Amino acid sequence: MVRAHVLICGGTGCTSSGSASIQKAFQENLATFELENEVKLVQTGCFGLCELGPVVIVYPDGTFYSRVTPEDVKEIVEEHLLKGRPVERLVYNDTGKDAPKVEGQVALSDTAFYKSQNRVVLRNCGVIDPENIDEYIAMDGYAALGKVLTEMKPEDVIKVISDSGLRGRGGGGFPTGFKWSLCAPNKADQKYVVCNADEGDPGAFMDRSVLEGDPHCLVEAMAIAGYAIGATVGYVYVRAEYPIAVKRLQKAIDQAREYGLLGKNIFGSGFDFDLFIRLGAGAFVCGEETALMTSIEGNRGEPRPRPPYPAVKGLFGKPTVENNVETFANVPQIILRGAEWFASMGTEKSKGTKVFALGGKIKHTGLVEIPMGTTLRHIIDEIGGGIPNGKKFKAAQTGGPSGGCIPARLIDTEVDYDNLTAIGCMMGSGGLIVMDEDNCMVDMAKFFLEFTVDESCGKCTPCRVGTKRLLELLDKITSGKGTLEDVDRLEELCYYIKQNSLCGLGQTAPNPVLSTLNFFRDEYVSHVVDKKCPAGVCKDLLTFTIDQDKCIGCGVCARNCPVNAIEKTDYIAPGHKLPSYTIDADKCVKCGVCMGNCKFKAISKQ
Amino acid sequence: MKSLAELQAIKEKMKNKVILREGTNDLRVVVGMATCGIAAGARPVLNALVEEVNALGLMDKVTVSQTGCIGICEYEPVVEVFEAGKEKVTYVKVDVEKAKKIAKEHLKGGNVVAEYTIKA
Repeated sequence: MVRAHVLICGGTGCTSSGSASIQKAFQENLATFELENEVKLVQTGCFGLCELGPVVIVYPDGTFYSRVTPEDVKEIVEEHLLKGRPVERLVYNDTGKDAPKVEGQVALSDTAFYKSQNRVVLRNCGVIDPENIDEYIAMDGYAALGKVLTEMKPEDVIKVISDSGLRGRGGGGFPTGFKWSLCAPNKADQKYVVCNADEGDPGAFMDRSVLEGDPHCLVEAMAIAGYAIGATVGYVYVRAEYPIAVKRLQKAIDQAREYGLLGKNIFGSGFDFDLFIRLGAGAFVCGEETALMTSIEGNRGEPRPRPPYPAVKGLFGKPTVENNVETFANVPQIILRGAEWFASMGTEKSKGTKVFALGGKIKHTGLVEIPMGTTLRHIIDEIGGGIPNGKKFKAAQTGGPSGGCIPARLIDTEVDYDNLTAIGCMMGSGGLIVMDEDNCMVDMAKFFLEFTVDESCGKCTPCRVGTKRLLELLDKITSGKGTLEDVDRLEELCYYIKQNSLCGLGQTAPNPVLSTLNFFRDEYVSHVVDKKCPAGVCKDLLTFTIDQDKCIGCGVCARNCPVNAIEKTDYIAPGHKLPSYTIDADKCVKCGVCMGNCKFKAISKQ
Repeated sequence: MKSLAELQAIKEKMKNKVILREGTNDLRVVVGMATCGIAAGARPVLNALVEEVNALGLMDKVTVSQTGCIGICEYEPVVEVFEAGKEKVTYVKVDVEKAKKIAKEHLKGGNVVAEYTIKA
């Protein structure tokens, strides 16, 4: 009889930090101590605290072990599972910076990272085995589909979703129920439900985590959507770079078919629905709904003009509803717990929760789900554990290459769709990249422009040529050759591209530039007028100098300089025995090796 | 899947298998499992408690767990029962048969098996 469950994170984050070898070590050690029949091993989806991976949780106590290595496993098995003594040195028990330091174990729900989260979309991630349909069913899985098919009419389903206030989680924030209601009345011999799992923003991994941790939730939600709009076929468009997600989703679809939860006459209701995966090759533009459908049709992924909108003429020219993974993942819970329950969370116009992928200069890199309207300060300082190395928070980038930044002075902004739009930012799909004082905002804008230049499909000129010209202007500015006129021209070109591009990619590509211009114009001015990069990032604007009076003449910098740009001088500083060194600015390639090696802090960059 | 009843049947069957992950219940039974406890036979006692709690359908009310040395090696195997708002009950020199009786009478019935307690 099983008395304890050991949950090992099998998400992509923990897999890359070695969770597979930990699973193997557990199997071996459980065998050694003859505990195989008493302790069950479960591979789950993402727990969210990727920074501290690989993560292992032992139930019934709920002990949370972080950064487990295969060598630790024997100790966990022998001490904890056999003798009942949790291995305290591995236990994560951070209850927040203001809370008193605790010894030993604390409940997961009391830790700083988890206590203000509200897991709706991620409720099963890190709790169930995603490859076992029975565990999903044990957590009320497919009960919403059963309820919809046996008790509700399609229009009732749409009404519940509309009343809940659910809005598209892919970034646009379009009301989901309204989208479904636009498609439902359209008559056609075939309609489609499409899931956009082409998560392309650098640094975003919300959808991947849902697919990896709770794939059945998506299968169920898409069947519900199919019933609501009268579609019998669904497609999930997921990028081939997500191998674990693809594998688990396919397994989920196969299991659902086997149980008759996909296929003909589901729950004896006469409703038929089946689901298929289409793999994307990783083009960012395929996250745009019309390009995505073009790609599913087997053509090169390029957007097409709207109208006609997909609700009228979508996939294969038929009426189609397309939603993002996270949007769908909310649906079964809304059906089971009601529109009012969902609408009770969040702000006036943004209901429910939002999943964010926290990254950049933050202690707890990972996945968090919080109610809409939580302040950015709370996300960064409390849940994210603050900025490492005592640095100062400068800005957070939301929405990736299509979004904008929230500067430090707006850190108390309550994060929801409308507040972010109001400050020229956007919710985006949920990537949240934190930047500190060492990040240059012009350089950051340049990074995203490099991305969009690469990813522009080339169909329309404003995007194809315009983003390239934007990048050239940014290059000019960061290399110190820019003028104030260039900054004005940059801004003008941004508006032109936004107004004239064919699809969302081009229309939003200038956002990182516009929002940094809005909040950090002084940094642009420093680059073009003073020829300085205040954060010390843009290499062409940096000069490395040695303080002759601090230099003791050890010569470490000169020996390590890859281009021999450092030479001895004739000057011996008072109190020192050896002559100091100096950097030849013409030869220097600004690699920073000398600065990193100097133990006397005699080298500075400006 | 032809009916909701089928779905419900799978759910019922599975519920006990995942209920462990919902965290601890108000009623906790803890077995001392240090070296002395194991030597005195704590493992069969722990397993008997788990099996009996399952058999009696108490999975959603009782959490069976383990702890290290309680400090009364002489009396091992030791089983302690914690219940919110009540005094802790300590059973000593427990064996498989006693464990089953404790499960039936105390955990299910709510009556402390006085003869097995440390006070007896």
